[in-house]
Amino acid sequence: MRLTFPSAAMLVLGGIALSAGAATPQDTVKLHQRALAAMCANCHGTDGRTVEGSAIPALAGMPREYMVAQMRAFRDGTRPATVMHQLTKGLTEQQIETVSTYFSSLKR
Amino acid sequence: MKRRSFVQASLALGTVGGSLSMVGCASTGTVPAKAKVVVIGGGYGGATAAKYVRMLSDYQIDVVLVEPNDKFISCPISNLVIGGSRTMGDITTPYDNLSDKHGVIQARDRVISIDKGKKTVKLAGGATVGYDKLIVSPGIDMIWGSVEGLKDASAAGQILQAWKAGPETVALRRQLEDMPDGGTYAIAIPLAPYRCPPGPYERASQVASYFKKAKPRSKVLILDANPDVTSKGPLFKKFWSENYGGMLEYRGNHKAIAVDAWSKTVKFETADDVQADVLNVLPNMSAGLIAMQSGLANANGRWCNVDYLTFESTAAKDIHVIGDSVLAAPLMPKSGHMANSQGKVVAAAVVAQLSGMEVNPQPLLSNTCYSFVNDKLVVHVASIHQYVAAEKTFKTVPGSGGVSSAPNELEGIYAWNWAQNIWADTLL
Repeated sequence: MRLTFPSAAMLVLGGIALSAGAATPQDTVKLHQRALAAMCANCHGTDGRTVEGSAIPALAGMPREYMVAQMRAFRDGTRPATVMHQLTKGLTEQQIETVSTYFSSLKR
Repeated sequence: MKRRSFVQASLALGTVGGSLSMVGCASTGTVPAKAKVVVIGGGYGGATAAKYVRMLSDYQIDVVLVEPNDKFISCPISNLVIGGSRTMGDITTPYDNLSDKHGVIQARDRVISIDKGKKTVKLAGGATVGYDKLIVSPGIDMIWGSVEGLKDASAAGQILQAWKAGPETVALRRQLEDMPDGGTYAIAIPLAPYRCPPGPYERASQVASYFKKAKPRSKVLILDANPDVTSKGPLFKKFWSENYGGMLEYRGNHKAIAVDAWSKTVKFETADDVQADVLNVLPNMSAGLIAMQSGLANANGRWCNVDYLTFESTAAKDIHVIGDSVLAAPLMPKSGHMANSQGKVVAAAVVAQLSGMEVNPQPLLSNTCYSFVNDKLVVHVASIHQYVAAEKTFKTVPGSGGVSSAPNELEGIYAWNWAQNIWADTLL
């Protein structure tokens, strides 16, 4: 179970390779979801965790339905914003749900 | 088990990174002879790509990042250092976390050549590093020949650019501090595309903000090769006329062709010469040096054509180019935020390809760019770029994106938080 030091050293030397073809379809879906959610990280922090004292809210652990509703409200203009009303208009309904699902699954 | 193995692996990797930074320059002993992924350039694009290849591969793919600077100094916000409301310390972030926390192997060195056939890069320090995937993010380079006399005047510290934040940022600030009240600062802007479209106008605003407080008889001249302000035009021009009237003057269609450092004069293609006390002349820009030297700049010999789905160069297999060096898709700015976004798209694509997964068929890019018009008030431009498979390019989504309605203090707070969060997202 425990990774021994030699294996860590192998990592250092680039000794561990991902074997092509070993990835499952779920792995692919997860990678694409994480990559999409990473587009929020520029402002909202890596994995939705902001720096201390940030007025821009953290997204990690935000309830899914709440986040979906806020994104729709920005898009529809019912929640005023500085930039989010402009950014959400560029997202599909599915992209809004994907990023909301992802951030809700993370610990704060 | 997974968590423990990651901690141990990153500890081991951190040691490598730590010893590198103590040595100060990479030697052949500390940089591995081969890595799955090698990244050239530790700016917004390259550092983000390096970190996200590690993260998105669950720390399974080894990454070597080649960057000569010992710390990251941000171009965004650097105009506030020139304006005097922020310090170099505010815009500086160490590189340590990329190795200590994320296990990126850092080589403090420069790539001097790429062997596309053997898939290796050669470092100035002598080492050669092999790669399966190479991510090239070298930013921009100056086309000195576009303004006669500028290269020497720049090297002598007489006419600065300060378009790569660092010692020149401090030097330009010093020139402004040394300038007597009643003097003139002039910034010459090249024809688009260049790094950071609103950057020159933000800088002029920052200098005017400083003059207004400290040297109220002084002048700011904007000498633009473009016919009009290239970004956030109405917002900038309205603020200038209401706040810097009589102090700041904008002149379009002023394409600089030569400078004389002795008399501090700029010559233009079709306008009268301009003399100023502090000259800040930006020449035409191209892809970064290593991209130019490696045949990757295959768009008019100036920018790099890529397959936008993966950012793979159209000139070489398994070499991906991101950031300011890329020939931009329509309405895609050369900005730090955009480079960070591209870093994530390329990281996901490279991880997918190296792991036998399908590349995301619908990548997305975002951009938010804040400009300070004085030390507190900010205007932004934002956009979302979706990949359009039928046209093999990124396009902004109709109806999305936009600019601020007016300069405001709330966005001043968000702009500073944006900076702190994107620095953390790129480097920490």
